[in-house]
Amino acid sequence: MLRDITLGQYYQTDSVIHRLDPRVKLAGTLLYIISLFFFQNFLGYLTAALFLGIVIGLSHVPFRFMVRGMRAIIFLLLLTVVFNLFLTPGTPLVTLWKVTITREGLRTAVSMAIRLTLLIIGSSVMTLTTTPNNLTDGMERGMRPLKLFRVPVHEVAMMMSIALRFIPILLEETDKIMKAQIARGADFESGNLIKRAKALVPLLVPLFISAFRRANDLAMAMEARCYRGGEGRTKMKPLIYRRRDRLAYLCILLYLCVSIPVGRLSFF
Amino acid sequence: MGIIRAKDVVYEYIRRDEEGNVEGITRAVDQVSLDVRQGEFIAILGHNGSGKSTLAKHINAILNPTEGTVWVDGMDTRDDTKVWEIRQRAGMVFQNPDNQIIGQVVEEDVGFGPENMGIPTKEIWERVEESLKAVGMYEFRKHSPNKLSGGQKQRVSIAGVLAMHPKCIVLDEPTAMLDPRGRKEVIRAVRALNQVEEVTVVLITHYMEETIHADKVFVMDGGRIAMEGTPREIFSQVERLKELRLDVPQVTLLAYELQNRGMKLPRGILTVEELADALSGSGVR
Repeated sequence: MLRDITLGQYYQTDSVIHRLDPRVKLAGTLLYIISLFFFQNFLGYLTAALFLGIVIGLSHVPFRFMVRGMRAIIFLLLLTVVFNLFLTPGTPLVTLWKVTITREGLRTAVSMAIRLTLLIIGSSVMTLTTTPNNLTDGMERGMRPLKLFRVPVHEVAMMMSIALRFIPILLEETDKIMKAQIARGADFESGNLIKRAKALVPLLVPLFISAFRRANDLAMAMEARCYRGGEGRTKMKPLIYRRRDRLAYLCILLYLCVSIPVGRLSFF
Repeated sequence: MGIIRAKDVVYEYIRRDEEGNVEGITRAVDQVSLDVRQGEFIAILGHNGSGKSTLAKHINAILNPTEGTVWVDGMDTRDDTKVWEIRQRAGMVFQNPDNQIIGQVVEEDVGFGPENMGIPTKEIWERVEESLKAVGMYEFRKHSPNKLSGGQKQRVSIAGVLAMHPKCIVLDEPTAMLDPRGRKEVIRAVRALNQVEEVTVVLITHYMEETIHADKVFVMDGGRIAMEGTPREIFSQVERLKELRLDVPQVTLLAYELQNRGMKLPRGILTVEELADALSGSGVR
């Protein structure tokens, strides 16, 4: 299960979406997520899904990679659905034993599920098609005005990109430690929640130690390669808007102009 | 004066207990003097805890000597204003390839050093291309480092240092975490660097086989330089090497044992071919 988190995993291929400026993708993803919260009917979600489908098609990333990211949040998704389904007051639809499913509950539960699914897949598209370095470059550029308020934009961006780079490495390591402990009789799978949480402690301790050691090594390696913060740094891949980026902005705008009014139509 | 010069270098680790009181002092490097000339291939051998890695970190100004001085290209490593210049001149490759690759794509990682140095974009690309070609990793430039083998990752790390156009590269046990094939790959890349690009190489290792192509070998023990000489001079002293807890290569050991049994063989045999030649020459069939 640990290996299934696709967030922050770049999928190597060549496509229009891959070549887009990261600022476009960042702004696009943000606007897309916001748009999901405007919809009041299912036609809106349909438009959103359609738009996402086109983007996924253009990205040349196999669909199973997007879905893989879903597996990690399936529990959260189910929880949201169950709570919404049973605890929303309104006109009763079905009554099973003591719980009542209401019309409103069903509606919110289904729309929540769709919303979360689209949200996760939407952001997975961004992380699958953009290298984390590129992504943080985009953030760094996009948040540059914050420097005026003494926000260490470059440092934050660098920390994020390093965190993203180490996610797969640390996951692999967790897996290794887990297997090593299972081999020596550790039990991660049985018992109640408290028991299982306790079983994780001997897993987390070596993981933390190793993460600190890695951080120390990495800091040394970065300094050895003359890293000294954002001052006086040049870019190997400077961000320049091209025609396709302007076109992409136009597409996003078009999507918003269509989906939001459609999603707010009240006859559904 | 050589590109790297160390004079009477001492480095002490201070161990403290929980209240911060000094518990004891460990001398990791003890009175070491070195002189490496431009273009040389130097190997520093030693078992774990012999102080070889600590010494290596002095060349990149990551550590400063407790006593004595280290000069890199004529600059004192303790001079704070020169630190970045020193780090650019003397690049460093570390043991664990995963912990020194910063980029998520090979070419971005190689560009990291030049970016930090403020090199113009166009030149960064030229440097990245030539460095990746020098280590034979150019066709992997768009790959994710996570999907490469250990030897390939280490070659990317070498390219990352090479892109900074250093005069000298210090490799701190670059092969310790690799399989035999990866080790061969890396050593081949390092040799090419030294011979084709004429970069001064300081290779720190505990595998003796990797030092046979070096111009000069230093053997460290207990923080001091215990032996110094050409690989042949070093390898002919099998007894002394065993005392220093080093694994003598099998061929050298075999030649040594044969000599002990009265066979006439030249001293300090380094490769299988050499031994075969010597054996056929000495009339043994």
